[in-house]
Formats: sequence, structure tokens, C-alpha cells
Amino acid sequence: MSEAREYKYIGQRSIRPDGFDKVTGRANYGADMTLPGMIWGKILRSPHAHAKIKNIDTSKAEALSGVLAVATYQDFPTADKKADLARNILADDKVLYHGHAILGIAATTSAIAERALDLVDIDYEVLKPVMDIRDAMAADAPLLHEDMITEGYAEAPTTASNVATRLEMKMGDVEAGFKEADVIVEGDYYTPTVHQGYIEPHACVVRYDEDGQSMIWCCTQGHFDVRGSTANILGMNLSKLKVIASEIGGGFGGKTTIYLEPVALVLSRKSGRPVKMVMDRDEVFKASGPGSATRNWVKIGAKNDGTITAMQAKLHYEAGAFKGSPMMMGCMTAFTPYAVENMYVEGFDVVVNKPKVAAYRAPGAPQAEYAAEMVVNEIAEKIGMDPIELRLKNAAKEGTQTIYGPKFKAVGLVECLEAAKNSPHYKAALKENQGRGLAAGFWFNIGGQSSVTLNMNPDGTGTIVEGSPDIGGSRASMQLMAAEEMQMPAENFRPIVADTEHVAFSAGTGGSRTTFATGMAVIEAAQDVIRQMKERAAAVWNVTAEQVDWADGVAINTAGEDRLTAAEICKGAERTGGQISGRGNINARGAGPSFAVHLCDVEVDRDTGKVDVIRYTAIQDAGKAIHPSYVEGQLQGGAVQGIGWALNEEYVYGDDGLLQNPGFLDYRVPLASDLPMIDSIVVEVPNAFHPFGVRGVGESGIIPPLAACAYAVSQAIDAPIRDLPCSPPSVLKVIQENS
Amino acid sequence: MIFSSELQEFTGEERTEVSATSYRVLIDVLVAKYSRLSFDQLTDLAVAIDGVIIVDPLLEPLSSDTEVHFLHFVAGG
Amino acid sequence: MAKIHVNTSVNGEPVEFLCEPHETLLDVLRNDLQLTGTKEGCASGDCGACSVTVNDRLVCSCLVLGAEAEGAEIGTIEGVSNKDQLHTIQQKFLEHAALQCGVCTPGLIVSTQALLKENPDPTEEEARYYLAGNLCRCTGYDKIIRAVMDAAETMRGAA
Repeated sequence: MSEAREYKYIGQRSIRPDGFDKVTGRANYGADMTLPGMIWGKILRSPHAHAKIKNIDTSKAEALSGVLAVATYQDFPTADKKADLARNILADDKVLYHGHAILGIAATTSAIAERALDLVDIDYEVLKPVMDIRDAMAADAPLLHEDMITEGYAEAPTTASNVATRLEMKMGDVEAGFKEADVIVEGDYYTPTVHQGYIEPHACVVRYDEDGQSMIWCCTQGHFDVRGSTANILGMNLSKLKVIASEIGGGFGGKTTIYLEPVALVLSRKSGRPVKMVMDRDEVFKASGPGSATRNWVKIGAKNDGTITAMQAKLHYEAGAFKGSPMMMGCMTAFTPYAVENMYVEGFDVVVNKPKVAAYRAPGAPQAEYAAEMVVNEIAEKIGMDPIELRLKNAAKEGTQTIYGPKFKAVGLVECLEAAKNSPHYKAALKENQGRGLAAGFWFNIGGQSSVTLNMNPDGTGTIVEGSPDIGGSRASMQLMAAEEMQMPAENFRPIVADTEHVAFSAGTGGSRTTFATGMAVIEAAQDVIRQMKERAAAVWNVTAEQVDWADGVAINTAGEDRLTAAEICKGAERTGGQISGRGNINARGAGPSFAVHLCDVEVDRDTGKVDVIRYTAIQDAGKAIHPSYVEGQLQGGAVQGIGWALNEEYVYGDDGLLQNPGFLDYRVPLASDLPMIDSIVVEVPNAFHPFGVRGVGESGIIPPLAACAYAVSQAIDAPIRDLPCSPPSVLKVIQENS
Repeated sequence: MIFSSELQEFTGEERTEVSATSYRVLIDVLVAKYSRLSFDQLTDLAVAIDGVIIVDPLLEPLSSDTEVHFLHFVAGG
Repeated sequence: MAKIHVNTSVNGEPVEFLCEPHETLLDVLRNDLQLTGTKEGCASGDCGACSVTVNDRLVCSCLVLGAEAEGAEIGTIEGVSNKDQLHTIQQKFLEHAALQCGVCTPGLIVSTQALLKENPDPTEEEARYYLAGNLCRCTGYDKIIRAVMDAAETMRGAA
């Protein structure tokens, strides 16, 4: 990492290369594909939250004219069943949540398929649903899985429960730490089930050929993962299955898993026809995603001078119907913005009769850090210290020991806090019924496998063949990074997201990894091309490759006056050894954490409890912003998703366990009219492990808004907030209870 | 070599010094040293070597003053 | 079920199609006319991804029946640009990075065009309320509103 490096291309606000297709409607998303002879598949879903399936009779449905195939769990070959994932895609002998898929039907039109669903007879034995962590952990709770023994205790429990995993992480001695404290604050915090809320529903079009060769077109964050999971469930060889990633209409973690694809392939095999499946919006809410509801207890002790002496938490995460919430990442992130010696975190992964949770932007972190940041703010208030000063006094920095293992390399939390302190926002005056909240957020970011081929054309332009679905403008950053490394104009490079047959394995777009890891692969591929270009030029000039320099897209003979441009070398490639293409197939290491600090001002209507965000600033360490506009966009978008989580969004279930708000009218995501402009400040503390210093910015921005908003509300109404969302009825209740 | 609180239940200690020239040797040494630790248990974890998280450390060389932590995989959204 | 024969105009071109009585205009556009630029996000009129104009009136095409298109003039995202020239609104969306995943973008551009036709000089608040029916989950709306305001100003200057 050369600190003083001047960049020529990265840092520019270029027009994204896929933009023209996206503003004209030409870009093809999951539901936009049609194949000749294609038929339509629909899913029959459980009307109950918890029930045994005693019998399924599809005879009347199959007899309906136009119905061509039915798929059930029994169609998944037993040997290769990936148990929980397969049983979430189609229920086995038990349905575990309202909307749980039971079978698929394919028919010549979607209307006929839907009519056929009504003709299926299912005999259920309805069971009592378990809808909350407290109920699920009660001694007499009905069990979702009668064989589930809690993992994570030295002595395994002898009886089954709804607790899948218990985890403990500690550093130092929290009891001793609390003894040193002058002030101790603790509290219980609740966050509801929320959905990623991507605007594009899950969709796929598949075709199963007679020789078993198959194709899936779908909207996904990771088409190689779709290939792996689907092949696993259906017992297929990977070379038999090609997955094409369509353009993707939002994911936020929710499109890192599969729902429809194996069912569609079974329907295609049985009918001999291509099959299209598209979820309705209510299916998306009922049966995909969501993010975990949590009940978290946090206790923090500090001295009067602001030194935090101990931090403790007990975190409970709902996993939904099958184990595997992001509880562990909640434990790893809760207190990580702080350099404190004594920490103890205990976590529980709990199953309930709700859809299996999926990753949601910095999975697990917003819930745990919400509780932690609320308590940190209360500590600041109690000891009369500015909340930024309190955080600066305890901020994690280079060398800080984390609870999950390594010590931090250079990180940008202090820089973010300083930026918050110096922002016009922090100096703005508040009026009556207004309040201000501040919170910090930590997220790891990840690296992982990315594969890129850079194919040079005979005119010196090139195609960047990558395997990372572009969910928010990443093609633009790949183009800029290739340009920077090659020292050639960005428009010379066309980035494409290739299917699973045209590029080597690449992990999905998630974990804020694409610009970091796939970017590194692009850089490596570009370096490979430059190396070959130098060799070709050297051969022409009869010198060694070491005697050739590369500058501004031109090979220079240091032993003479010769020059060859990239275009000239590529044009002559046929005579110097064949066409030139570079390869960067890597497993990227050294992902750099991205810290965020947000400031939120709200105004509360004391008569209705309605909260309006009136001023908002999102600050985050990008390491290096390759395309500043899209980095700002990640900060702003994360902030607004977090604002929705804090103020309005929640799954509402009845006592019967049925979801009452599976639509955008009642599951209220933020609208343009709800919001002010979202100011963003991009901090750049370079990540030493990336050639340009990139950290990745996709996720951290959703962490701070929960506490920043909720704390602002508590300041505005002068009463404590514990439970999210701060929706009008719940805020009104807090106002009334405290007046 | 520093053990997380979870692994401490199996090792009985928080840190130890071992001599290993690579990740593969390290795993063998640890499994031999702590009877309750299993090969699979360790290889299911990622490691951090001198603060750099490495998800697939199979071929990783180690030097004499390296600090190694085992930790859980982190997935993203 | 007998299909209904409909004569209409889409983006200024005469179009005829057969549709089921229950079929929405959105389904006709996407499945029968292959105009997939108009997106389905909810099919209940809550998200605006399927925004089109019917006789210059901005509607959610998921709430209009295909049969209602008889004799009408339909405008979709495919008709916004002029041959190989982007419309100013499209250009401003690109310049301001007002899209991330892009799936709400066609609806937002059609809605913005309707807004600026009705009100060439909207305040930020007027723009935010006019576009409140178009959900975007990626951007937080900041860059969208900036693109809309910039497009309005540019179009006023050109008029």
C-alpha cells in the first residue's frame, strides 16, 4: 500500500457501464426471462404456523386440465438431502411456519397452477405455535424439533429444547471490572423480526434436459452457491448444472440462499418443459428472509472519568424454524467498537415458528450493537460526558484486542468519531420535541474466493469477466480498478457477470466483499495482462521483459526508444504467441473492518407518537472509495434501512402464529416523503491488505441507525426507549407511561 | 497460540507456546497435546495469524514469533 | 374463458392483444407484449415498480386491467428515451448514481416524468411526496431526489 499514491481513475464518479440498460428497462431481472414452451410453477404454502402433515392428496389437482407436474419433498433424493435447507424449501412431515412451502405445481398458465393449489387436500394435525424467544425457552414449550439438543455446553443437556446453540465469549474478568465502576447501567432490549425488503421478489426460470443437463436463470447474490445448494439437494454433478445470474433487484443478504430453484427443476424434469417461478410479495414476506428478532440484555460499567471497565451481554436470537441465526456474529460485534479489557457475552440461538432467518446486511450486528450503544449513551448521560468524548476515550484502534480473536490493524473509528464531532450536524441546534442520537457500528467485512478473467481484444480494449452479481454498481468499480492498474481509460474495459460455466468459482456478493475481493482479482488479472504485454513487447524488441516498463498503457523499452501501445501489442498478438488474457483466481485475505458513526435528529409528535427524522449524517470508513457516489449510496441506503428498522418495520403475528402484515402497505419501509437528505461523510483509513486500500462499505451502515434513532427519540420525549420499532403506538405508550 | 473461551473448555488454558512450521503441523501438535481437542473441531475453524483472518489456512506457513487464534467463520449479508 | 380483444397504443405505436378478463395491464405488458422494463414488486399498488401512464395519468399497472387499455394511450419505460438518446431524467439518474440495484428505476423514471409534466418546478418536498408511491430499498432516496431536482432544472433551462 503506497500511502502517497496519486490515482488517475479510481475516485472518479464515472457513469456505471450497466446503467444504460437499467434506466431504459432493458436490464433483465429474475422474472424477465421467457423460454420457448415455458410453463409456470406455484408453491402451496402452509396456512398454519405449526402442524404435522398427516396426508397429502394431489389427485384432484393433477387431474385439472393444464397441470403438468407436482413436486414434493419426496422428490428430493434422500442421499443428498441437506436436511434443514431441503426441509425449508419443501416441508417434510411437519410445517413450521405460516407460509412454509409444502409442494409445487406446474401448469400451462400461472392461473391454472393457482387453481390447482386450491385442489390439493392436506390433512393437518395443528400444533401450538411458539412465537417468541421467551415462550420458546420456557420449560414446557412445544418443541419444533424433538431431537434438538443444545450445543455449546461442556456437558450436553439430556433433554431436547428449542435452543439450538449456546455460545460464550469472554476476555478479562467482568466481575472485577464492574467492581471498579462508578456507574453501572443495564437494560433489556427487544428488536422485532424485520425483512430485507428487496423490491424484486425471488424468481427463477429453469430447464432440465433429457440428458440431465440443467440450466437455472435466477436473481441471486451468488449463482455458484445456487449451483452448489441445488446440486446438493438434487444429487447432481456440478457440471450438469449451469446457473445464470440475472440482474438482481436488491438482496441485502436475503438472496444468499435458495427457495424455488430445486422445486422448479423437479417440475421441469417431470413435465419436460422449462418452468418459471416467481414469488408473490406476500410469499416473500411469509417465507423468505427475514432478519432475527432478538431479546438482548446489556450491562456496562464505567468510571466517572469515562473509562469503561466492564461490558456484559446476554443475547437471544430467533433463528426461525431451523437453527442458525447470526447470534454468533452478534456476540462477536456487540462491544467491538470499544477497547475494554473485561467483556463477557453469552448468546443463544433459538428456534420459533417463523420463517428461517436469512442473512441481512451485517447479519446479527445491528441487534446486538443496538442494545450496547443504547447503554453506552445512557452511561454518557449518567456521568455527564459528551457521547462522542466517551467513545473517543474508549475507542477501538490499531492494536486493540477483539473479543473474537485477533488484534486490530489500522481501523478508522477514531477518525469517524472526529468527523462526527466536527460535522455541522453536531453543532446544529435542536428545538422543542426534538432529540439527537449518536451510535457507532462495527462490522468485519469478509474476503473469500473471487475469480476474474481479463480478455484483451485485438484493438486493446478488454472484457472483465467476473463472477460477482452486481447489486449496487460494482461493475463500475471493477472498471475503474482495471483502468487504474492498466493505466488505460475506464471505458476501454467492459465488465460482465458471467454464468457458472464461463468463469471459475466465485463466492457470492455479500459480506461487503465484492469491491474488496473481486477488486483484488481484477487487479491481479490486470497485472497478469501487463506481464504478458511486456513479454510480447520484449520479444518484438529482442530484449528481456525486465527491460520493459509499463506506463499509461504503453510498453516502453528502457534499453532504447521503442514504444508499443496496448492496442498495438494486442493487434500483433496473433504473431507473438496468441491472444492475451489475464487471470486472477484468488481467495482474498485481509478484509478490513469498516467502522461507522451515525448522527440522527428526530422530532416527535407527542399527541400521536409519530417520529420524523429531521437531520441525519452517516459517517463511515471506506478504506478507499473507488467510486465515491456508490460508496455514499451504500452509507445512505444502509442508514435508511436502519431508520426503517428503528422506526416502523416489524412482523406482526397473531396469537395463532399467522403473519398479519405480509405486504408493503402494512410492513412499512421508509418512503421518499418520510426522509430528509442523508448527509454522508466518507472517511478513508486505507486497508493495508488491499492494493488501493479498499475495505468494503456495504454493511456497516445499517448498524448505527437503530440506536441513533431510538436514542434520539428517548431524548425528544425524555423517557427511555427499549423496544423497537419506535412506531407511533409504541412511542405514544412510552410517552403516556412516563408523563 | 491463543485459545478462545470456547476452546479453553477443551484445552484448560488460554494460551500456549508450540513449535510448528505450518498450519498443518500446528493442528497435529495441538491434537496430540490436548486429548479433548479433535482434528475436525480445529479444522472447522478459521484462524487469525498475527491479526489477519484466514479462512482456508491449509498451506499456511508459520514462523517462530507468530500469534495464532482460532475463530468462527464470519458470513456476510 | 373467452379472451378479450384489445386495441390500444403503447409508446405511440398501435398494439393489439388478447387477454383474459382478470389479467392486469402489468401482466399484459410483461407476458404478452414482452415489455419487461415495467417491473412487478408487489402486485398490490404499494411499491410503484410497475408505474406506467394511461392517457397521461400515472398509474400502477398492476391495478389496471388489460382490458381497460382499450382505446387508451399507454406510456412505459421503453418509451422514455428517444431512439439512441437518453431522456434528461435518465441521464440525471445515471450522473447522480440514483440507482443501485435498478429494479425500482423504471417506475421512478416514469413517475418523475409524470411529476415534471405536471409541475416543472417542484420543491424538494413536492418531489418527495409525488414519488412517495415508488419504493426504493437501496438508495435511501437522497440521490434520487437530487437527480429529480437536477433534471427539473435542466429541463426548465431547455424549455
